[in-house]
Amino acid sequence: MKSFSAFVDKNARFIFPLPAVLAILVLIVAPVVTNFVLSLYDYFVGGRAVYIGLENYQRAFGDARVWNGVRNTFYFTFTAVPLQLVLGIAIATLFNRDFPGKGIARTVILLPMVATPVAIALIWALMFNPSLGVLNYFLESLGLPRSLWVAQSNLAIPSLVLVDTWQWSPMIALILLAAMQSVPAEHYEAARIDGASGWQSFWHITIPSIRSAIVVALILRAVDALKTFDIIYVITEGGPGIASETLNVLAFKTGFQFFHAGYAATLLIFLMFTVLGIAILLNVIRRRV
Amino acid sequence: MSALASQASQRESAAQARARAQRLKLLKNVGIAALIVLTLAIMLFPFYWMILTSLRSQVDNVSRVPVWFFTPTWENYQNVIARNNFLEFTWNSFVIAALSTGFGLVLGLPAAYSIARFKQEGLALAILVARLTPYITYLVPWYLAFRSLGLIDTYVALTLTHLIVGMPLIVWIMISFFENVPQDLEEAAFVDGATRMGAFWRVILPLSAPGIVAASILAFIFSWNQFLFSLVLSGPNTRPVPVAVFNFISYGQIDFGGLGAAAVLITLPVIILTLIIQRWIVTGLTMGAVKG
Repeated sequence: MKSFSAFVDKNARFIFPLPAVLAILVLIVAPVVTNFVLSLYDYFVGGRAVYIGLENYQRAFGDARVWNGVRNTFYFTFTAVPLQLVLGIAIATLFNRDFPGKGIARTVILLPMVATPVAIALIWALMFNPSLGVLNYFLESLGLPRSLWVAQSNLAIPSLVLVDTWQWSPMIALILLAAMQSVPAEHYEAARIDGASGWQSFWHITIPSIRSAIVVALILRAVDALKTFDIIYVITEGGPGIASETLNVLAFKTGFQFFHAGYAATLLIFLMFTVLGIAILLNVIRRRV
Repeated sequence: MSALASQASQRESAAQARARAQRLKLLKNVGIAALIVLTLAIMLFPFYWMILTSLRSQVDNVSRVPVWFFTPTWENYQNVIARNNFLEFTWNSFVIAALSTGFGLVLGLPAAYSIARFKQEGLALAILVARLTPYITYLVPWYLAFRSLGLIDTYVALTLTHLIVGMPLIVWIMISFFENVPQDLEEAAFVDGATRMGAFWRVILPLSAPGIVAASILAFIFSWNQFLFSLVLSGPNTRPVPVAVFNFISYGQIDFGGLGAAAVLITLPVIILTLIIQRWIVTGLTMGAVKG
């Protein structure tokens, strides 16, 4: 017994993380490796696997629906994330002062990001409803024409971006707010004495001081936006038709509605490399700024 | 005389300028207050609408002009709870979240300690990559594996998959907590003859209790909210609330009030837990990139 605990003590650096490492190998690494193998087979769930080499990859490159998924994924991500960044900076700037109820305000903006995504998606689906939804009521009250929202192909993704932006701008705001609060007050004081306007000190002091926080927020948000599933699947299921079908949703349908596991694995490998590639790219940028 | 007059008018214009500056400042403050209120109103509106919908009768819910004032009814809640086995789904969600959080702690705490104490940054990075990779990447192989093992629609399959959501979160939050426990305390325990396991159990963990609570609640919330894994791997015996509510809209006519009530019931526990650990929410969502 004594020698056992001596053994543990001596090898603590290997023994302590061992259970977690094993879990990661079984639950994470093994499935990724399996995907690579699966992608080389023509395999429907419950059927016979036939080795086809790289045919799945060839097929994916020529598949218009895959390209539609790629386009939608990037359209969604690169509309949502910049919008959220701008709003996040605005909200952080707005909240970066003393006002009564500041604590409550910060708690309120936490709610969209912690509430169960399925519940949120359902409520937005109700609000989007073209004939009964409250959003059209607001548009009409403002004298604007009614909209079909997610029911119209070219508005489906912008509407989903709206939901995602409502949900996640606060996260960017809170990340940046934390960074803004660590900017020394003397910097602003010195700028004010030098006659800088509020706008000037925002551009020349605030933004440069929080730029690494901005990049961190961008990485986190871009990675999560690329793999958004819940709100898209619940609100539109990729529709109308395939107008809001992202790679993630297409891979899900390929695997679990069409049960084409080999092809789904191929799409998932592509999705995984896209997400990790963008994460690495942004991380390289982070080291430069 | 004229010098006096000009001095007086100067004084006056200085007073006017001050008054103008004050008015401007007031205007600016009113503008800022209005923007803050507007932001909060937008953030809260969907929740407000969720609650209104849950308390309105079906007739009021399908009115073309929104009904803002009405006598609240509990009917929707009664229907959801009585007719849709809501308590059973809630129990499933609770079991899966509790089990995956528990296992996440057992696996994650020693790993986080080891990363903090022995500076194992490679391991920390590997766990971060697991968080960045789309969850759906793991799902096809798991589905095939669980299917051949006959584990679809069991707590085993759901707990194991939800572990992937919770464990990285626990590790990343706890690394910073463990880094803050003074190494002297641990060494004092060693001098007193404690083994590393003993010191970890009796010194480190009790000192990190607040972090463990925060990490556990976060892992619980994330599992509670999880939709994708549950959608594929659950079934009639293990269906958690998010999937149950999703199915609720897929079949048949939409019962707005029931939907609202169900949405309130899923979200309420999460919001209560959030209020307890709000300081840690952003830390958890950003995997420790931002300290609370």
